[in-house]
Amino acid sequence: MQSYGPQPVSRQLPTEEARDLLALTRDLAQREIAPGAAAEEEAGRFPRETFTLIGEAGLLGLPYPEEYGGGGQPYEVYLQVLEELAAARLTVGLGVSVHTLACHAVAHYGSKEQRAEHLPGMLGGTQLGAYCLSEPTSGSDAAALRTRAARDGDDWTIDGTKAWITHGGAADFYTVLARSGGEGAHGISAYLVPGDAPGLSAAPPERKMGLKGSPTAQVHFDGVRVPDTRRIGEPGQGFAIALGALDSGRLGIAACATGVAQAALDAALGYVLERRQFDRPVADFQGLRFMLADMATRIEAGRALYLAAARLRDSGQPFSARAAMAKLFCTDTAMQVTTDAVQLLGGYGYTADFPVERYMREAKVLQIVEGTNQIQRMVVARHLAGPESRG
Amino acid sequence: MSLRIVVAVKYVPDATGDRHFADDLTTDRDAVDGLLSELDEYAVEQALQIAEAADDAEITVLTVGPADAKDALRKALSMGADKAVHVEDDALHGTDVMGTSLVLAKAIEHAGFDLVVTGMASTDGTAGVVPALLAERLGIPQVTLLSEVAVSGGKVTGRRDGDAASEQVEASLPALVSVTDQSGEARYPSFKGIMAAKKKPVEALDLSDLGIDAADVGLAGAWTAVQEAAARPARSAGTIVKDEGEGGKQLAAFLAEHKFI
Repeated sequence: MQSYGPQPVSRQLPTEEARDLLALTRDLAQREIAPGAAAEEEAGRFPRETFTLIGEAGLLGLPYPEEYGGGGQPYEVYLQVLEELAAARLTVGLGVSVHTLACHAVAHYGSKEQRAEHLPGMLGGTQLGAYCLSEPTSGSDAAALRTRAARDGDDWTIDGTKAWITHGGAADFYTVLARSGGEGAHGISAYLVPGDAPGLSAAPPERKMGLKGSPTAQVHFDGVRVPDTRRIGEPGQGFAIALGALDSGRLGIAACATGVAQAALDAALGYVLERRQFDRPVADFQGLRFMLADMATRIEAGRALYLAAARLRDSGQPFSARAAMAKLFCTDTAMQVTTDAVQLLGGYGYTADFPVERYMREAKVLQIVEGTNQIQRMVVARHLAGPESRG
Repeated sequence: MSLRIVVAVKYVPDATGDRHFADDLTTDRDAVDGLLSELDEYAVEQALQIAEAADDAEITVLTVGPADAKDALRKALSMGADKAVHVEDDALHGTDVMGTSLVLAKAIEHAGFDLVVTGMASTDGTAGVVPALLAERLGIPQVTLLSEVAVSGGKVTGRRDGDAASEQVEASLPALVSVTDQSGEARYPSFKGIMAAKKKPVEALDLSDLGIDAADVGLAGAWTAVQEAAARPARSAGTIVKDEGEGGKQLAAFLAEHKFI
């Protein structure tokens, strides 16, 4: 029987276990995450207990090995889980993406001892992570970061300020990139810093346009002592570690953007089928039908693009250009689709009584984080035409 | 010795879907998705909590139903039950509470038990009498409609909340308990639980395995029959009371007229 109106996204999934995982995710999203989303976002409330719940369900370590408590899932599956979570509430979807990024350094570059000690808590859901790369004066130019790490006996002492840190002040651990050597990319090392380390403090969260439930804050490091056993990888390898996680993080944002766009389309579709003007549902009017068709087409194209990049990653092939394209296209799509959704709801769409204005505010940040969309275009262009000449 | 818990559950049409009767006035299972009855999730949850509190316990989850009813068993297994029994037989189509309790009782005896846990009713039939019928057929004490339950020292104890009073009740094992929707939210399965559930044993039985005569079950063996079913009539517009100082009295008069007060 053909059904009309908002429907669950039909997905091609590689295994039965992946289908079960998506069903579990949808169940959690619909019953536990979506209902409180609007009120909590308006109040700027961070849903820490939601992360505990989805951590217990096994959603905080999906793309990492089962040996360390992860879910052993390919990116193709993990990203679709993210999409569903972000559709219910971006604060949760983006939070899982950031947490997953924060686990990347230990999971891929940590020693066997470091992985055995830290990963079970990080992947098992009891520990929520944050990722500290950006600084007040180094964003897109990440290699210019100035936070210092100085060797002091068996410890390192970290001093400096990190900026735009998702979960800043709320995280249980921080993956921190700091300068342990000279200028440039090769002077940077990676450290795993506990959230309660003396000298670590978070500024009050930024007052953002959207995504208000997710704390974004500067994090200050004031003589924070970290034992050398918490240095991840070799000294000077930090920037390479950060870059290794970047492409995967971009795919996470692409999936989140697709979720927000899908949620906006679903809300708009539900509305135009109910709203009557001139004695008929406004969904009868071709001008609006064409908008719906364009929105759905762009979302589906974005989903196909991020999944194509994910499948490249899962098969061990280079996926950097495809990841940049997916981040660029899916987040621009989210901006366009959420703007159209507001338009489809008319005056109601502009009020906080309906969710689409929130989706529109949330979409905007996705064009900025994990590399602005201008940076993504640079990445794509470099893959096509090589590096820019500096002469 | 291990505490053997059997949880009897039902696979029902999704109560949030558009439910219908089939042509023979039995439940139409084709037109709507099925799932583990939400009221039975409470039973699974309480069984899991009892098992977690016990030194050694094993939970068997049992259902009587068509092939798809395995989904209900999988759900309970993914929540943490240890093994499952599925009684499936074409002759069971149209079985009423009498036949269902007969089949469940035989299957529970087959599985072996110290404690039987059920929900308070199904979300489709909502008769709510199977727990009592089952205890009677098994010849064991029943403590029903509990909002709190615990097992210790060979006894099951619990609290039954009524309109006027709360009762503390207990029974010696073996016994049957039914739990209400006030007994505590059921847990979500974890992803690992879902994967582990696929490897847990599901024993398939039919009527002959249980030594049950097909004539005692199904539509023909049912003690009750649905004669007629009709869609609920659309709601009428209702009465609007405009408060001009006498609103309270008018509301009270309306309620009294319809014998609500």
